[in-house]
Amino acid sequence: MLPEKIYSPSDYIPIIIQSSIVLGFVITAMLLTHLLGPKRKTKQKLLNFECGIEGMGNARSPFSVKYFLIAILFVLFDVEVIFMYPWAVNFRELNILGFVEMLIFSFVLLSGFVYIILKRAFVWEK
Amino acid sequence: MQDFKFNIYDLSSFTHWVDVSLYSYCTPFWAMMWEMIIIGVAMLLFYAVIGLFLVYAERKVCAFMQNRIGPNRVGPYGFIQTVADLVKLLMKELVIIRKSDKFLFYLAPFIVIIVNFMTMAAIPFAKGIHAIDFNIGVLYIMAISSMGVIGVLIAGWSSNNKFSMIGAMRSGAQIVSYELSVGFSLITMCVLAGSMQLSTIVEGQSECWYIFQGHIPAIIAFVIFLIAGTAETNRGPFDLAEAESELTAGYHTEYSGISFAFFYLAEYINMFIIASIAATVFWGGWMPFHISGLAGFNNIMDFIPPFIWYIGKTFVIIWIMMWFKWTFPRLRIDQLLTLEWKYLLPINLVNIILMALIVLMGWHF
Repeated sequence: MLPEKIYSPSDYIPIIIQSSIVLGFVITAMLLTHLLGPKRKTKQKLLNFECGIEGMGNARSPFSVKYFLIAILFVLFDVEVIFMYPWAVNFRELNILGFVEMLIFSFVLLSGFVYIILKRAFVWEK
Repeated sequence: MQDFKFNIYDLSSFTHWVDVSLYSYCTPFWAMMWEMIIIGVAMLLFYAVIGLFLVYAERKVCAFMQNRIGPNRVGPYGFIQTVADLVKLLMKELVIIRKSDKFLFYLAPFIVIIVNFMTMAAIPFAKGIHAIDFNIGVLYIMAISSMGVIGVLIAGWSSNNKFSMIGAMRSGAQIVSYELSVGFSLITMCVLAGSMQLSTIVEGQSECWYIFQGHIPAIIAFVIFLIAGTAETNRGPFDLAEAESELTAGYHTEYSGISFAFFYLAEYINMFIIASIAATVFWGGWMPFHISGLAGFNNIMDFIPPFIWYIGKTFVIIWIMMWFKWTFPRLRIDQLLTLEWKYLLPINLVNIILMALIVLMGWHF
């Protein structure tokens, strides 16, 4: 097996250059549409779209807390997914020990998961 | 300077030739800069062409599924319909509604497009055609593509419109949930491949694709990846974020002209990215289909150029995703989250253990 190449931050410069090229593309398109497009602003046009009826109040009102709960659970589980990446790559070297350790890890994860379900985190109807 | 031979089966000789000739004409710094700019512009062209083609393909596929003809006026078979649409959208007014948050409203399409483009940089298109080849390719794709949800949330929030707000919230909950499944199913394949570098993953499938190598767990992972990937792109039966019948257009209700076009383009490119990751990780990327032992059959398969293999596989998966969209009815938000959290997530966890066991015991091919 070849020795692994060590990646330094400078290897990621192409990403920055590529994203600056696409940034230039988006800015050009935005400027072009400003030059080409009409600009007829009327009072009615600048109102929020509301399916033909008059707009009421502000859209930034309190929202169902379930969405927030899902986001929090995502953070919890996503951290665990990140732990699994290095394990997956080095799995063949770690062999049986790594497998047993991941079994224990998954068991802890699953018991947390069962706890969430028993707490009725995913039940939306009352 | 070495002489140049264009070989359709191994484009690395071509890229190497470009590299050597650039370094012989300019100083190393400028040669590197020119290389990156050439790659960037080529990717941008590819991006635009794929985006326009996919919009056309979606309209045609949809039309055939519904027993219609679809676009057929602009160009032969309506082929340049989407180009005409793009020009039309470019000449429309950008309406910025009064109650919106102006800066964030402008920022959202930028984030969506840039994230999209950065993800595409890590995909291997053919032998030697690979913008950036990291040792953490899979992790990079997961990390960058998950930033797209920020653009969607910003778009929904800054519009200050109830439809946009609800659409963005649904989209946020949906994308973050299904990202877990996408991540888990890719980890399953990383266990089998023993690497996160996409070029290594493709090389490892020269004898047999991973979906056959890892038999049952790999097939389960593939199905889960396809479901979760469809949900990640806000498509198909999972398009609650822009459910036309209830939310008009979801998070991009207030967007008009070219900024709407950017959201639309990003959505289709996202589909392309998901399909090409599936093709790369499960179906061998640009590797031809081989059956070990059948030398004659393998030679015939080798005759088809790698780029054609890659594009063919990707479009088969895209077609499956379009088929989903026009076949299944839309889910409700609680059904959607139940599917992910109660079914796909535990199945995935068990699946990883199963795959690890198979690799450990050497039961894979």
